[in-house]
Amino acid sequence: MTGAAPAAGAAQAARQAVSDAFRAEWGKVVAALIGMTGDWDLAEECAQDAFARALRSWTDDGVPRRPGAWLTTVARNRALDLLRRRAVEAVRLREAAILSPPAGPAGGDTSAGDIRDDRLRLLFTCCHPALSLEARVALTLRTLAGLTTAEIARAFLVPEATMAKRLVRAKHKIRHAGIPYRVPPAHLLPERTSGVLAVLYLLFNEGYAATAGAEMIRASLCAEAIRLARALTRLLPAEPEAAALLALMLFHHSRRDTRTDDHGDLITLEDQDRSAWDHDEISEAAALITAASGAAGAAGPYLLQAQIAGCHATAPAAAATDWARIAGLYDQLRQLGRSPVIELNRAVAAGMADGPEAGLRLLAGLTASGQLSGYHLLPAARADLLRRLGRHREAAVSYSEALALARNDAERRFLARRLAEAEAAS
Amino acid sequence: MRYLLFICGDKATDISPAEGHQIDSAAESWADSTTSRGIRLQGQRLADPGDATTVRVRDSELLVADGPFAETKEFIAGFDIIECGDLDEAIEVAAAHPMARYGAVEIRPFWQP
Repeated sequence: MTGAAPAAGAAQAARQAVSDAFRAEWGKVVAALIGMTGDWDLAEECAQDAFARALRSWTDDGVPRRPGAWLTTVARNRALDLLRRRAVEAVRLREAAILSPPAGPAGGDTSAGDIRDDRLRLLFTCCHPALSLEARVALTLRTLAGLTTAEIARAFLVPEATMAKRLVRAKHKIRHAGIPYRVPPAHLLPERTSGVLAVLYLLFNEGYAATAGAEMIRASLCAEAIRLARALTRLLPAEPEAAALLALMLFHHSRRDTRTDDHGDLITLEDQDRSAWDHDEISEAAALITAASGAAGAAGPYLLQAQIAGCHATAPAAAATDWARIAGLYDQLRQLGRSPVIELNRAVAAGMADGPEAGLRLLAGLTASGQLSGYHLLPAARADLLRRLGRHREAAVSYSEALALARNDAERRFLARRLAEAEAAS
Repeated sequence: MRYLLFICGDKATDISPAEGHQIDSAAESWADSTTSRGIRLQGQRLADPGDATTVRVRDSELLVADGPFAETKEFIAGFDIIECGDLDEAIEVAAAHPMARYGAVEIRPFWQP
């Protein structure tokens, strides 16, 4: 018994260290290996192998001082080994490339600066516009976040075989179409950066909007998106939109525990327990937007959205929300690019700032345009403004309309509850 | 890397004779510039898709049909073969072709085993 106890303790410590390292280091190891070999499959295989070895080796010899460096070295040695073996089988070109790594930061060096650079390179490559949006998201989760194919498939509610095919196809395209493994040059950087931000935000929204299905894994999508956005802000400190996106995610995420009740029913922003919001995240996000607002140039779309989210997150009570400022921010946002969803949100903000009639007038225009037909939040917003005016009968009609279009159970239950209230009051 | 650019026209886009003339001369200077930089290896403008003939052999029987293999609103108006370092470079070269503004340019890498 006494002899087994320390061993069990060591195994436990090693398991914990490997699991921590996996979260923190997987993307770095894969990125370094792709940078070194140019072979995505080989990189993943060797990274997997290094983590498996870590479990054994760290149990026997203790956790190394720098787990990331240990893992990268082991993965790299494994890659060299495999490539040498392949070279013996006649693929000599690639070995030559390894033995004389290209000059500059793309080389096989594993010093901290280059690893940082490698991860950014990997992120930009995963988010290349020549890949489909689905492929970009899947590839980012697989290679940078280390989610398994099965986990990604469950998160997006597709069969594992479909997701596996999608990943294989994306990696093939990177190789065969010559998608470069690099951070884009300065003249391409602005548009490519916004592409990367869009993928991270999509990832976050996938996790955030979900209230049904594989909930746990979807919740971890939010955490992954935040982790990647955090890494991106460190890699691109001069990009205010990266910091703004991180702030936007943190503001939303800070409310995660208050968005549903014990039965999984939705609680509106107005009725959430503000003391249960994550105030550390809110402070962090507020500091990020203050810094981003100080940057030169006009505010970008993520900064405006983060400022809007910040108005909600920092209001001491729902009634104290600065709706006039929110409506003004939506005005700025719609100048950057028209979208019917922005128009909808602006109408809601105007309804709260200037009275429900003002909001209803804007919604009428939007309804007439037909751009959001089939979108349940349009009749839901109308119903809410009518409810505030005490026009319960009309509110009930709009609630039924929204109920017929709603996408998930929690939303349907919420709308059904509001519908019943409106019918009772009319 | 070698890529084939399919220069695609769009039947739905009306191009006036004056515009057509402009596109022709812009395409010519695009070809001159990319050739002199060693990027464009060769290329051709093609006859109207109405002049195409499609051939299939099924069960040893020769089937000849009038027109292109796929009836779409976009059609192949020409092709160019280019040599580029990577896809980003190919995208820049393709985006500079005047037909990218009127129709589309498809970038296809050469097959490699």
